[in-house]
Amino acid sequence: MNSFDGYERPDGTAGARNHVAIIPSIACANGVVDLIARRVPAGVCFQHCHGCGRAGPDLELHIRTLVNLGKNPNIGAVVVIGLGCEVIRGDALASAIAESGKPVEFLQIQDEGGSVATAEKGAAIAARMVEEAARVERTAVGLDRLVVGLECGGSDAFSGVTANPAVGLVSDRLVAAGATVILTENTEMIGTEHILARRACCPEVADEVRNAVERAEARTREILGPFASMVIAPGNMDGGMSSIREKALGCITKGGGTDIRQVVAYGEVPSESGLVIMDAPGYDVESMAGLAAAGTQAMFFTTGRGNPVGFPGVPVIKVASTSRLYEAMKSDMDVNAGAVLEGRSLQDVADETFDLLLKVLGGRRPAAEANGQNGVLCLYTSHPSF
Amino acid sequence: MVEKVLVINAHDNVAVALVDIESGDRVVLPGGEDLLTVSDIPFGHKVALVDIDRGEAVFKYGEVIGRAACPIAAGEWVHAHNLEAPEAVR
Repeated sequence: MNSFDGYERPDGTAGARNHVAIIPSIACANGVVDLIARRVPAGVCFQHCHGCGRAGPDLELHIRTLVNLGKNPNIGAVVVIGLGCEVIRGDALASAIAESGKPVEFLQIQDEGGSVATAEKGAAIAARMVEEAARVERTAVGLDRLVVGLECGGSDAFSGVTANPAVGLVSDRLVAAGATVILTENTEMIGTEHILARRACCPEVADEVRNAVERAEARTREILGPFASMVIAPGNMDGGMSSIREKALGCITKGGGTDIRQVVAYGEVPSESGLVIMDAPGYDVESMAGLAAAGTQAMFFTTGRGNPVGFPGVPVIKVASTSRLYEAMKSDMDVNAGAVLEGRSLQDVADETFDLLLKVLGGRRPAAEANGQNGVLCLYTSHPSF
Repeated sequence: MVEKVLVINAHDNVAVALVDIESGDRVVLPGGEDLLTVSDIPFGHKVALVDIDRGEAVFKYGEVIGRAACPIAAGEWVHAHNLEAPEAVR
């Protein structure tokens, strides 16, 4: 079982979905995107809060992320909605996304006669793209073209005992099959950088791993001062985690035990296969945006306290750390790794999770996707806006 | 009998509560010996398996997760109130 049923893309990638994406270049175009979404419910919308008021690294990061989201293999066609006076140019986004070879259309509100006229035109284009997308058939795609993102949120003492080690076994199996697995949330690696650096494929990557985690630590200290060690959401503390390292040890087990091949920036597409670390924050919705931009076709999201959030266009598989959570939020969960505490083997849970992943890649909707828990596109920023 | 605690790594000096445990409960450890709890241990939280001196390392996952901020007795709840986070996150 080293393949899934996916959609071939002109750039050689393969999607697990064939979505039509509507991407605004600026928050001021979000209303038009909403109007289009109401008329074309099948469209996947990426409303966000940015597009102006940024310069330097944040501007570069936002452009990279929006372009790479458009290029994500799960997206078959894109409509970019611009305003006309924003810093992030809509036409530039559209042409950068079009380099992937997929159909991309661009409309600018100030040139199309205002928001209502733009929405009408955009809805007609999106509706046509959705019709065309529905005619495309899935074909068997090798797992060497698969990129899976790893995420944990609302961790408890069992995330690192059941859910994360189970996902870690799946990660090892995916890497062995030639896939790419991205471990992220640097804040949650603090205190384990020595362990991760030891597993890097070469000294350069080891340095990058250490640097990425040290930057996360420096940032945490700068922001929180004496409370840096308590950079754990109250839910984590209530769940039994006493320190960030304790949580981090449980967190990094999601990546399994293979060598770390590369460290990529937020929203950057890995050039290596195997286990990769993305330099991104621990805030779930922001790190999922980075993972989606990195080209992930699916994500695993382990949770102990019960996090239901997914991501637009990329199916997110929820792995519960306890049966208590799985029963309490059954409609939001996909796998009950908590069964390990009642005697089921970790390998058994991992096998179930791997099989589910292949089904999800082939079109089965996991809970978050079926429930419409798409969250919202939150882009990471390193500085305040001006 | 259902196990009340889970010892993740053989080097650990704390275990994880699998149920809400009350003070005075008798907990059976993997080696078969009994541990008498001296405080309530909420589900998912840590209980000391042995007496831990002030400044001594607390092990979970076979790694140091912090140091005892004060003497911790066997059977006592271990959390942020009596555990100092490691150097890396001081």
